[in-house]
Amino acid sequence: MNAWLLLLPAAVLLVAFTHYPILATIRHSLFISRRNGTEVFVGLDNYRSMAADPIFWKALINNFWFALGTIPTSIALALLMAVWVNRNMRGRGFLRLAYFTPTVLPMIAVANIWLFFYTPDYGLLDQLRGLFDLAGWNWLGSPSTVMPCLIVMVIWKEAGFFMIFYLAALQQLSPDLEEAAAVEGASRWYTFRRITFPLLMPTTLFVAINAVINSFKLVDHLVIMTKGGPNNASTLLLYYIYEVAFTFQDSAYAATLTVVLLVLLSTLALLKFGYLDRRIHYQ
Amino acid sequence: MSAIKLDHVSKHWGTMRAVDDVSLTADEGALLVLLGPSGCGKSTTLRLIAGLEQPDGGTITIGGADVTGLTPAQRKISMVFQSYALFPHLSVAENIVFGLRVRRMPRAERETRLKRVADIVGLGQLLDRKPSQLSGGQRQRVALGRAIIAEARVCLMDEPLSNLDAKLRHEMRTEIRALQQRLGMTMVYVTHDQTEAMTMADRIVLMRDGRIEQNGTPEELYNRPATAFTARFIGTPPMNLIAQGERLVGVRPEHIRIVSQDGHAARVRTVEHLGADSIVLCDISDQPVSVRQDGFIKASPGDDIRLAWDASHEHLFDKESGRRLETAAGEARLVASG
Ligand SMILES: Nc1ncnc2c1ncn2[C@@H]1O[C@H](COP(=O)(O)OP(=O)(O)O)[C@@H](O)[C@H]1O
Ligand SMILES: [Mg+2]
Repeated sequence: MNAWLLLLPAAVLLVAFTHYPILATIRHSLFISRRNGTEVFVGLDNYRSMAADPIFWKALINNFWFALGTIPTSIALALLMAVWVNRNMRGRGFLRLAYFTPTVLPMIAVANIWLFFYTPDYGLLDQLRGLFDLAGWNWLGSPSTVMPCLIVMVIWKEAGFFMIFYLAALQQLSPDLEEAAAVEGASRWYTFRRITFPLLMPTTLFVAINAVINSFKLVDHLVIMTKGGPNNASTLLLYYIYEVAFTFQDSAYAATLTVVLLVLLSTLALLKFGYLDRRIHYQ
Repeated sequence: MSAIKLDHVSKHWGTMRAVDDVSLTADEGALLVLLGPSGCGKSTTLRLIAGLEQPDGGTITIGGADVTGLTPAQRKISMVFQSYALFPHLSVAENIVFGLRVRRMPRAERETRLKRVADIVGLGQLLDRKPSQLSGGQRQRVALGRAIIAEARVCLMDEPLSNLDAKLRHEMRTEIRALQQRLGMTMVYVTHDQTEAMTMADRIVLMRDGRIEQNGTPEELYNRPATAFTARFIGTPPMNLIAQGERLVGVRPEHIRIVSQDGHAARVRTVEHLGADSIVLCDISDQPVSVRQDGFIKASPGDDIRLAWDASHEHLFDKESGRRLETAAGEARLVASG
């Protein structure tokens, strides 16, 4: 009984700010709101119109490519940098700080820096192109380049952040293990593949889950840099929800979209707890 | 050929001379113990032999071949770490055959060897466990198994028993010694425990502040300590050193008798009963002296007793340098007997 009392404050917060809103959202997605403020139960009508909404599908597919473009690369980069920084004792503090900077910078500042890089004609990228007598290019204004531009920016931002986790995990590993492997004749790559990397799996999982969540959470950069354009080429799911809710003021449809996002994220959580955790070695 | 030879080997960290001009030889098939207090450079010496550190000076040869610049793998050695360094995500079997897989040994031979080694170290039932599911002693055996499966001629051990309880430590040191002799390995064994050194070693190298204090057989270190430091380090309890003018007179506790007359007056401080024998700690003119007596001694703190020993059991050291006074001891013995 006492244990339950101790859990009570946390449980109350969890219910009030997490569980209740989720249930309310699900309920809300089954209604439509009239202009006079009354709600009408429509069953799955919202979901049917969502399935017929090309922008929803576009946002979902964009999100898929965005996740695929950012997650593996930023994790691989983070791991590479962490191993490298961990080896190079000298200047380690400085390097760590340098890699961490993108994370501590406010999002608005980050977006502005990259806006400058991508500005047509005057931006850094086009200045570089100018050196080779190439014409300017509207990086964020072209459907073909807007997504890669965002992906590069997000990789830059996330890799340094994830590196910190890898670095912390690497420092937890006993140097004896590497030495034992070296005595047994294992090359550096073999040691990394069979010892270091498997032992970093909990970190990789943690980082990967974070990366997926982040890829569904990205919204501020889009507001500043692209507004989802051109022609919805950079609209991601959360940005679409934001637009539907606050620009189009259609809260029922926004709730419907939110439920989709929730389903995606909870599937991920189930995968982690149900499957991956059992296959990974935790210390 | 697997004799290990260190020739004027040094290793510095800044001004810290962790290993300072060390020369020693471990004969083929022999067990050499590197003994000394914590921080004296034992581990560093072992790591230099293993190739995990590069010396700042000197040469290291194994089996006559200069290995100074070679990697650990090229030196064809095996090693047991103080922490055991087991791979926590791999099973016992995978841990033991790790090196064989690195060398791409065919599966069938790997299995044969694994079975044999598992029998030797007594892990047959535990091959599928993870290290975290094993007791300290079992982990120790896994580390041992991993070290012997490659059948390297040279095996290096860094305080392999220091994480075990006293009873297990006693068992394992007998086992390791038996294993070393059975397989004919040349072994360098690091420990700070003089009992381990005395019971296991063919030869003991006692180190102090990065230098060799004495290099000899256990008998030599016990019977003829070259310095007062060695005298204090070997034996439980260690040799008593009583200042007499410019000299230190050393007598082992087991060589002192309690007598009813003559001898030196002493006052009992404490008595420890160990069962088979007792240790009486006394003062002789304010200098502590311990005495080992067979059986159960009925002395109590504050008692005045008299102590005597044969002059032939006296070791004399120079108080200043700590060096053994060879001739003086001989003379003293002559005087005593004549
Ligand atoms: N990597 C290192 N960097 C700096 N100093 C070290 C390093 N390794 C050991 N030392 C120093 O060298 C001395 C000898 O260390 P070590 O060989 O580990 O001693 P032991 O094993 O006899 O306890 C110690 O004073 C230790 O602080
Ligand atoms: Mg040590």
